[in-house]
Amino acid sequence: MRRRTKFNINPKHVLIALVIFCIGLIFFSFRFGDKLSPVKEAVGTVVTPMQVGINSIGTYISDKLDTFKSINELLAENDKLKEQVSILTYENKLLLQDKYELDGLRELYALDQKYLDYPKVAARVISKDPNNWYNIFTIDKGSRDGLQKDMNVLAGNGLAGIITEVHYNYSVVRSIIDDNSSVSGMFLKTSDTCNVEGDLQLMDDGKIRVALINKDAQVQDGDEIVTSHISSKFLQGILIGYVSDIKLDASNMTKTAYLTPVVDFERLEEVLIITELKEPLVE
Amino acid sequence: MKRLIVYILEIIILFVLQSSAFHYFQLANIMPNLLLILVVSTAYMRGRMSGMLIGFFSGILVDLMFGSYIIGLYALLYLLIGFLMGFTNRVYSNDDYTLPIVFIGISDLLYGFFYYVFEFLLRGRLNFLYYLRRMILPEIIYTIAVSVLLYKLLHVINNRLERKPEEEV
Repeated sequence: MRRRTKFNINPKHVLIALVIFCIGLIFFSFRFGDKLSPVKEAVGTVVTPMQVGINSIGTYISDKLDTFKSINELLAENDKLKEQVSILTYENKLLLQDKYELDGLRELYALDQKYLDYPKVAARVISKDPNNWYNIFTIDKGSRDGLQKDMNVLAGNGLAGIITEVHYNYSVVRSIIDDNSSVSGMFLKTSDTCNVEGDLQLMDDGKIRVALINKDAQVQDGDEIVTSHISSKFLQGILIGYVSDIKLDASNMTKTAYLTPVVDFERLEEVLIITELKEPLVE
Repeated sequence: MKRLIVYILEIIILFVLQSSAFHYFQLANIMPNLLLILVVSTAYMRGRMSGMLIGFFSGILVDLMFGSYIIGLYALLYLLIGFLMGFTNRVYSNDDYTLPIVFIGISDLLYGFFYYVFEFLLRGRLNFLYYLRRMILPEIIYTIAVSVLLYKLLHVINNRLERKPEEEV
């Protein structure tokens, strides 16, 4: 109250001014979104180091807690794993022999290894969208490390998302389970294309929707879906997940199914970014 | 001046906490809306003007860090909530700890509803009840639970700031 008498501005006037400013900003950013990115950049450069800091504190504490909890479990697991290692080493030897044979055969067929050798960079997830509605997260690498917009993000051995914004020391990634996301996919077995669309309602079951499958496609539950050759942004042949519940649409033209992603989005801590962009189609 | 610095620190600290990726605050995939607690408690303790400005600046911060296309939507939401809740300053009492929490609950409901309208209804997602059950209600409950503690903290800080100048006089 004291303050208001000093300045003597009516709050209503300020409210009207700010509301108009906000609405103006909404329209402005809607029309010319790119013009505002230097401002975003400046804010991000200040805030990102703090997020990195608080993350490392959080991870440190949880690590300590986990250590106390699981020492016994680890000992038991260690024994089991040792046993497994010896079995696996043996199997590995057998597999290596097969691999040499495979290499030879590949050379004969002159197959090039299309998607195994993309150059990759690792990054850490430092923050997520403060809202509960979306699945957008930030990683601690940016244009400084050579990242660019539209680079594909992997986690483990599957597709996690795509970079939507790149700034000096951080980038924003939209995951494939996000409500806005849509990826062009393909059945590995039959090469039938489809559309993989995130859906907030299915997110709880850890699933995403697959739409626009050709009705004649010979596909079954459990088939693998990879990114397709016709996608304009996603590189070909990255594993997305496994389908289930294939159903014929009411239109009788296409099929719809659910897909279980191979990436565990609940615990996303480290991701790999493919530092190669899909080459644009040049006319 | 001191008040300004404290406010800026409060906004930044709560924003960083809310958006940070470590999930120990998370229950069932829901984060409490810490910034909203700040906006509403400031509006309740200090009136329309402060609530409005705090709302505006925390909204802008969220927009700039996470708004994908549209900048200004959060700012507008937080701004209006700050202004509306500023009217409750008339019933402000120094040792009432229940009323502000009720206000925080109401504002979170408003926030969730308008957020749904702007971001989901306009894209043709009509299943409001699902979003209410899955997103809005849990967020309200969790936000209220957190605000019991956070409001006390903010209240103590506010009282500190109020007391200082009076003693000098």
